[in-house]
Amino acid sequence: MAWGLPPLAVLLLLAVIVAPLSSAVRPVSDAHRSAAAELFTAFPDGSLGDLETTYEAVSTFKILGVQKDKSLDGKACKLASDTLSSSSSSAKDLFHAARISGVLGCSIDAGVYDDVASRLKAVIKDTNSLQEFYYSVGGLLSLKEQGHSVVLSDADSIFHAIKALSQSDGRWRYDTNSAESSTFAAGIALEALAGVVSLSDAEVDPSMIGVVKNDIVKLFGTIKSYDDGTFYFDEKNVDASEYKGPITTSASVVRGFTSFANAVSGKLNIPGEKILGLAKFFLGIGLPGSAKDCFNQIKSLSLLENNSVFVPLILSLPSKVLSLTSKDQLKVEVTTVFGSAAPPLRVNLVQVLGSDSKVITADKELQYDVDNNVHYLDIDALKIDVGKYSLVFEISLQDPEHETVYTTGGRNTETVIVTGLIKVDKAEIGIAENDAGTSESVEKLDLLKDKQISLSANHLQKLHLSFQLATPLGRTFKPHQVFLKLKHESGVEHLFVVPGSARQFKIVLDFLGLVEKFYYLSGRYDLELSVGDASMENSFLRALGRLELDLPEPSEKAPRPPAQAVDPLAKFAPQKEISHIFRVPEKRPPKEVSLAFTGLTLLPFIGFLIGLMRLGVNLKNFPSLPGPAAFASLFHAGIGAVLLLYVLFWVKLDLFTTLKYLGFLSVFLVFVGHRALSYLSSTSTKQKTA
Amino acid sequence: MPKAAADAKLLIQSLNKAYAATPTNLKIIDLYVLFAVVTALVQVVYMGIVGSFPFNSFLSGVLSCIGTAVLAVCLRIQVNKDNKEFKDLPPERAFADFVLCNLVLHLVIMNFLG
Repeated sequence: MAWGLPPLAVLLLLAVIVAPLSSAVRPVSDAHRSAAAELFTAFPDGSLGDLETTYEAVSTFKILGVQKDKSLDGKACKLASDTLSSSSSSAKDLFHAARISGVLGCSIDAGVYDDVASRLKAVIKDTNSLQEFYYSVGGLLSLKEQGHSVVLSDADSIFHAIKALSQSDGRWRYDTNSAESSTFAAGIALEALAGVVSLSDAEVDPSMIGVVKNDIVKLFGTIKSYDDGTFYFDEKNVDASEYKGPITTSASVVRGFTSFANAVSGKLNIPGEKILGLAKFFLGIGLPGSAKDCFNQIKSLSLLENNSVFVPLILSLPSKVLSLTSKDQLKVEVTTVFGSAAPPLRVNLVQVLGSDSKVITADKELQYDVDNNVHYLDIDALKIDVGKYSLVFEISLQDPEHETVYTTGGRNTETVIVTGLIKVDKAEIGIAENDAGTSESVEKLDLLKDKQISLSANHLQKLHLSFQLATPLGRTFKPHQVFLKLKHESGVEHLFVVPGSARQFKIVLDFLGLVEKFYYLSGRYDLELSVGDASMENSFLRALGRLELDLPEPSEKAPRPPAQAVDPLAKFAPQKEISHIFRVPEKRPPKEVSLAFTGLTLLPFIGFLIGLMRLGVNLKNFPSLPGPAAFASLFHAGIGAVLLLYVLFWVKLDLFTTLKYLGFLSVFLVFVGHRALSYLSSTSTKQKTA
Repeated sequence: MPKAAADAKLLIQSLNKAYAATPTNLKIIDLYVLFAVVTALVQVVYMGIVGSFPFNSFLSGVLSCIGTAVLAVCLRIQVNKDNKEFKDLPPERAFADFVLCNLVLHLVIMNFLG
């Protein structure tokens, strides 16, 4: 996850910078082991990822001594042996597979190893790319470490070929065609050169080795640093996809120079403080965030632990907070990066710098506790008060011979906070008249107890509160927070900072000037005093009591108090009940009434029929001849059909269907009716004329 | 007052005698008109009792009766032989108009009945 590296590394490094001029590092501990176990998790199919990730995982676990599942080892070995046996594996794959097998001690057939060795030698012969040199030489070296006999016959020419890619500033190019040089490439080049020296049968040209040693010194000239003595390597971020970040780059250089130093005779001319700075850099990462960072950190630290240039010794404090009340001792540990014991040495506390830059020169030697491997000192003797201090330690090795083996960095600075109980006394609260200034009512408060007081005031008066703070050594104390809060019963709050002078802390609230600030809200105000500081063990938030405040009425233009924050979860509470108003159904008459009136409606029709009979209605004018008779009947039938159609329309049909049928019927009816009525009219005119 | 009552009785009797002289077909039409109007009255009384909730139904019922009564009156005017204005109009033609208009009226009524 190269893209995750830069911001993460920068953030972690920033965390280191924030600690003012002190290195907040601790040696490798169980926390690192659990972080590694979490970061290198197995995939569902039981593997640890691809070849490179698998190698990183197994290597990290081995260095840290983390126990893991046997099946993971088996799977990794299988992956390695499959890769080594396969004829299509590249030099890079063979390199990683050989190293996995080296870490886990997989049992691989000797014949396979022979085959791999010859393939890697073939790659070396043909290539002129730095990475190919690195993979093949590294693979061969790994085979040799596993007991297989590998010898490089033309080591000098290979050495030359790799050296030819170096630049004048100590960095390396990747191959003859690329113009850009890289520090990461320098690291792998040095590792490859170290491999060549180890594998060669004859001694490599010493002058060439001297030149490379010089290159390493020049490379260390490009090192970057932070103010607290941390050193690291980094490259310009030209291409985001190629950028490796400081952790990977520094790790590559560490691997390179430590392996080269181990392979050649004679010491490298690298200053000890730079090696210590690199160790602090890797420890300063803390618990790494990605698997690759974890591998780089642990591998680099393991190489630095035993390197043949300078072994860095780390000074760290198990606890950075010392309490005067419990008479804590100042404890200091000096160990290697992995927490192993250091050679005999002395630790001196040279200087104590207070936060106000007051220097208390101490120059006290810390006593050594052999059983716990810790240097300690009673700080009572220093007579330091509560607060934040920078302690400057100096480490001196007891055996002068160790000076060439170990590096301690000379002076180390650490920050501690000394805490203690702060005395609060002479606390008074009272109400005074505005003009007079003399207190009308003064009450003594005991701020360390929970007694509530009750005061009342109007806008013409003043409230004053005062108290004194003293440190365990009797000096005046200025805490980070001294606040007086007035909270109205409606929820509106007002905060005031209590100003402090050399003698005491005193605040005077003149209500005449505060009327507008208080939004003209009269009523009960709860008083709260909070005093707090990092070095104060008894920081408190005390409810003092209440104040009945009488303020004048607000004018029209007075500002309204701000709306109090509504509980944001209130909208998930049950909502208001909505009562729907439905249309009240119309009152319908009872069925019997409706039926009665239906009957009544039919009565006039019966009356009509009776009347017709009374009038002597007859059908004499109905045509007798069959033709006209048929038409006349059809006419009546047609009218009847139309009326039936209307009834059907009312019952179930829709207008369009009805109109359709009506269309047919009306055509029929018109025709039939015309014939019937014209016959009737012709007979009646005949009667008239006749 | 007995004279007024006697006068009313005389008046009604003379009206009856005159009415008896009208042709039968006109009497049929008059009876039909009477039937339609009485039906309408029954519907109005019903509405007065139970309220006009489906007002469209009430309207369509009443208007069908009134409409058909009006058409019958038109028919009577056209068929009446004493009416000089419609001398040349054959009564069958008037009847055909009456039937047609009634059918159209009842189609609209049935649609509005709901």
